[in-house]
Amino acid sequence: MSSTISSSLARKYAMAISGLFLVVFLFQHFTINLTSVISETLFNQLSHFMGNNPLIQFILQPILIFGVIFHFVMGFVLEIKNRQSRSVKYASNNGAANSTWMSRNMILSGAVVLSFLGLHFYDFWIPEMNYKYVEVLPLNPDRYFEETIHKFESPIRVSLYVISFVFLALHLMHGFASSFQSLGANNKYTRAIKGATTAFAVGIPAGFIFIALFHHLTAF
Amino acid sequence: MNLTLKIWRQANANVKGKMETYPIENVSPDMSFLEMMDVLNEGLISKGIDPVAFDHDCREGICGMCSMYINGEAHGPDRLVTTCQLHMRKFKDGETITIEPFRANAFPVIKDLAVDRSAFDRIQHAGGFVSVNTSGNTQDANAIPIDKHDADKAFDAATCIGCGACVASCKNASAMLFVSAKVSQYALLPQGKVEATDRVLNMVKQMDEEGFGNCTNTGACEVECPKGISLENIARMNREYLGASLKG
Repeated sequence: MSSTISSSLARKYAMAISGLFLVVFLFQHFTINLTSVISETLFNQLSHFMGNNPLIQFILQPILIFGVIFHFVMGFVLEIKNRQSRSVKYASNNGAANSTWMSRNMILSGAVVLSFLGLHFYDFWIPEMNYKYVEVLPLNPDRYFEETIHKFESPIRVSLYVISFVFLALHLMHGFASSFQSLGANNKYTRAIKGATTAFAVGIPAGFIFIALFHHLTAF
Repeated sequence: MNLTLKIWRQANANVKGKMETYPIENVSPDMSFLEMMDVLNEGLISKGIDPVAFDHDCREGICGMCSMYINGEAHGPDRLVTTCQLHMRKFKDGETITIEPFRANAFPVIKDLAVDRSAFDRIQHAGGFVSVNTSGNTQDANAIPIDKHDADKAFDAATCIGCGACVASCKNASAMLFVSAKVSQYALLPQGKVEATDRVLNMVKQMDEEGFGNCTNTGACEVECPKGISLENIARMNREYLGASLKG
């Protein structure tokens, strides 16, 4: 069993499962963010619930942070191991003839998304932790909307958001469908899975970009 | 056709190699790629230069011996063919063609374009077989009912000739397509189910020990495979391995 856990296939399953978990989180995050362009009150209510529910704060949030760290650490470990399996590189290699740019550059798109997560933590997560657990400021269920749209006033930050979500789309265009293949699903539903995952991979990041641009353009 | 060939030259596994350039003239478009290499070697021998070593045997796309990486692709730019089935009409007059060995640490260079693919043999030895009683009372295979769909899938997997183009094409030098084809051809048939659990565990273990990289589902292997082995086989192996691991 120990050789199974350390096998190349186990690493493949682990990447797929952690990736699918992050996709579910992404969808949930998008749904809540979308309410910010529909109703300030609803966005505040949902944000307050997410930020103060003990189950979410003390069980789901640590699981999510573990999932994110596990996925990118495993991704970098796999990249290093894979590079080591071919020490002498080809003088001429026509990767475009047999595979997509997205599939060959998951480490690049993943690194951009990881950098974005750094910015995102700096923008939202660290101030939130500071508000609740360091300064222990009084509960204010109406503060979230204002805090959020304030972040989107800067054109530089909005540009970084847009670029990052383009790379997230590229990452998902390969990674989401690929996770089903890794878990052994390649059958008559594969075309439908590829279609649905591609639609998600383009649609959700495009939605995040829309939300950022919406708040940026309506902030003045 | 007049061509310029850039070929990897390496005396043996223990020395560094480098690309050498050789012009070649009057190449017929109807020649196979290996026939063109034969002509090149005749010219090199006549000049007292060591001929380019490369693997070949049947020269009809069956044995899986030819193994060149031509202009950045395993077995060259054509699809569903081995290097011996590749014809010079696929290239343009005056073109520069880059020819390298299949590169992977698990496939060390023996000399020039010939690589050691015995890692595949060791993976096969680890489980790529069925233990059939051949002492004279062997059951007639036709007496065992097999679903046509499964028989076809098993046959498709069994067409893998073990050339290693999948490893050469994969950016990670992964051997998943080869191993999955061998696992699938048995897993789909009743004769192979008896040893299915040990087979997939042992073959994957051996694959990992040989130093192949991890599969990241780029699909390059499927595109470059001269026999069109499908990624379906990798998914099947992933299922088989998960099931076998849970069984213990």
